[in-house]
Amino acid sequence: MRLTWSDVTPKALFMSRRQWMTGAASIAALAAASRAAQAAVEDVPNSFEDITRYNNFYEFGYDKEDPYRNAGQLTIDPWAVVIDGLVEQPGTYDLADVLAGQPTEERIYRLRCVEGWSMVIPWLGFELGHLLRRVGVQPAAKFVAFETLLRPAEMPGQRTGLLDWPYREGLRIDEAMHPLTILASGLYGEELPRQNGAPLRLVVPWKYGFKSIKSIVRITLTEEMPPTTWNMMQPREYGFYANVNPKVDHPRWSQASERRIGAGFFAPRIPTQMFNGYAEEVADLYAGMDLRVNY
Amino acid sequence: MTALAARLGGELRRVPIWVIWALGLLPLAWLIVRAGAGGLGVDPVKALEHQLGKLGLQFLLLGLAITPLRRLGLNLIRFRRAVGLIAFTYVLLHVAVWVFLDLQLRWSEIAADLTKRPYIILGMMGLTMLIPLAATSNDLSVRKMGAQRWRVLHRLTYGAALAGILHYVWLVKGWPAEPFIYLAVFGGLMALRFLGPRR
Repeated sequence: MRLTWSDVTPKALFMSRRQWMTGAASIAALAAASRAAQAAVEDVPNSFEDITRYNNFYEFGYDKEDPYRNAGQLTIDPWAVVIDGLVEQPGTYDLADVLAGQPTEERIYRLRCVEGWSMVIPWLGFELGHLLRRVGVQPAAKFVAFETLLRPAEMPGQRTGLLDWPYREGLRIDEAMHPLTILASGLYGEELPRQNGAPLRLVVPWKYGFKSIKSIVRITLTEEMPPTTWNMMQPREYGFYANVNPKVDHPRWSQASERRIGAGFFAPRIPTQMFNGYAEEVADLYAGMDLRVNY
Repeated sequence: MTALAARLGGELRRVPIWVIWALGLLPLAWLIVRAGAGGLGVDPVKALEHQLGKLGLQFLLLGLAITPLRRLGLNLIRFRRAVGLIAFTYVLLHVAVWVFLDLQLRWSEIAADLTKRPYIILGMMGLTMLIPLAATSNDLSVRKMGAQRWRVLHRLTYGAALAGILHYVWLVKGWPAEPFIYLAVFGGLMALRFLGPRR
């Protein structure tokens, strides 16, 4: 069965989102007008074009536009997600089952890439915690591991040695259950485009973008910290936590500031915020931890 | 000069140097047109910065290909200084985009990059090596220095090209092919130059 957004979203919410969109458009116009006058950068959502034509999704190639060019061939229906490990109801869930009954919300999040650029993205999604509670988390579970689809026939990047496929990511269980952590299946009120990780991706707004794994086919609850792709490749550069932190440099470049994508040649650089500006919500998760060690 | 002139020759001897400049700056014109028309994508600063850097490397490699080509019978040596100066132009523009548009004169971050980041340091070493080469890429300098000393100085080109390519290799995430293609071409040209048949 093919679901559309009106199937999985209450009508009222769907309509209010439309209203929000027009509101956002006028806010964006206002902000664009005032931006010339003041240096401050406002958190205005990036255009649909920015968000869908500038992606790191190495399964479809290395260049930022490769996913836009190459992701069209990916089959996302049917789609199943294996949920296993330390859960009460392990199994292979059809995408419709995963989405069923989840209260879909619009979440407008900043996204900060480890490469030093950022965007603001209006996701549609639901809290990962809701799904995990539905399948039942066993008390022994300490971590959640995620895996991206492995399908070289449709993912040309996987036919190269660019990364160790399939792409893997992970969260600590309290990070996974945090209300800011969502599984997104939509963007700008529409179905998630393939280059953005359709049909189901993780979004963890206080961590560097590479943590927010795309096109998820497996969610495994574990007792041990799971291996994660970038960390496996260059552990000194990419930690398991990968929290946005202007004070901890990437070994090869500074993380003190970022360039907000989409504002042209003369867009001002902006200071990077601790936890990408979500410190109030998430700093407690890391109380007592040395974030220089656990980068 | 007669000795130099005697070594020129080949079918391209009548092509004036300005034609090389015009051809060499065509990619720049194309970049500017695309930039003006919004054709550099969502992040035009990075696109411009990377394109200029790659053009700099491409012209450096082209310059390094001239001697091996001559051994194959194609004599382009008359154009070598122009090719080198075009490469230098692209490298300078690449650094200018980095300073003005990417880091936006945030001097503390620029200073940190220049002292802490190996790939930035390598890139700057490459640029520094190119400066005396660009400054002496004219008839007067060749005459003043003498051809022998001039040639010795200009061996710095190998170092500059290698520094530039390693700067690129070191910068990327993962294992993309492109920077390694530059490295392979450089290695191939060096092999041809030093291992190939002598003239």
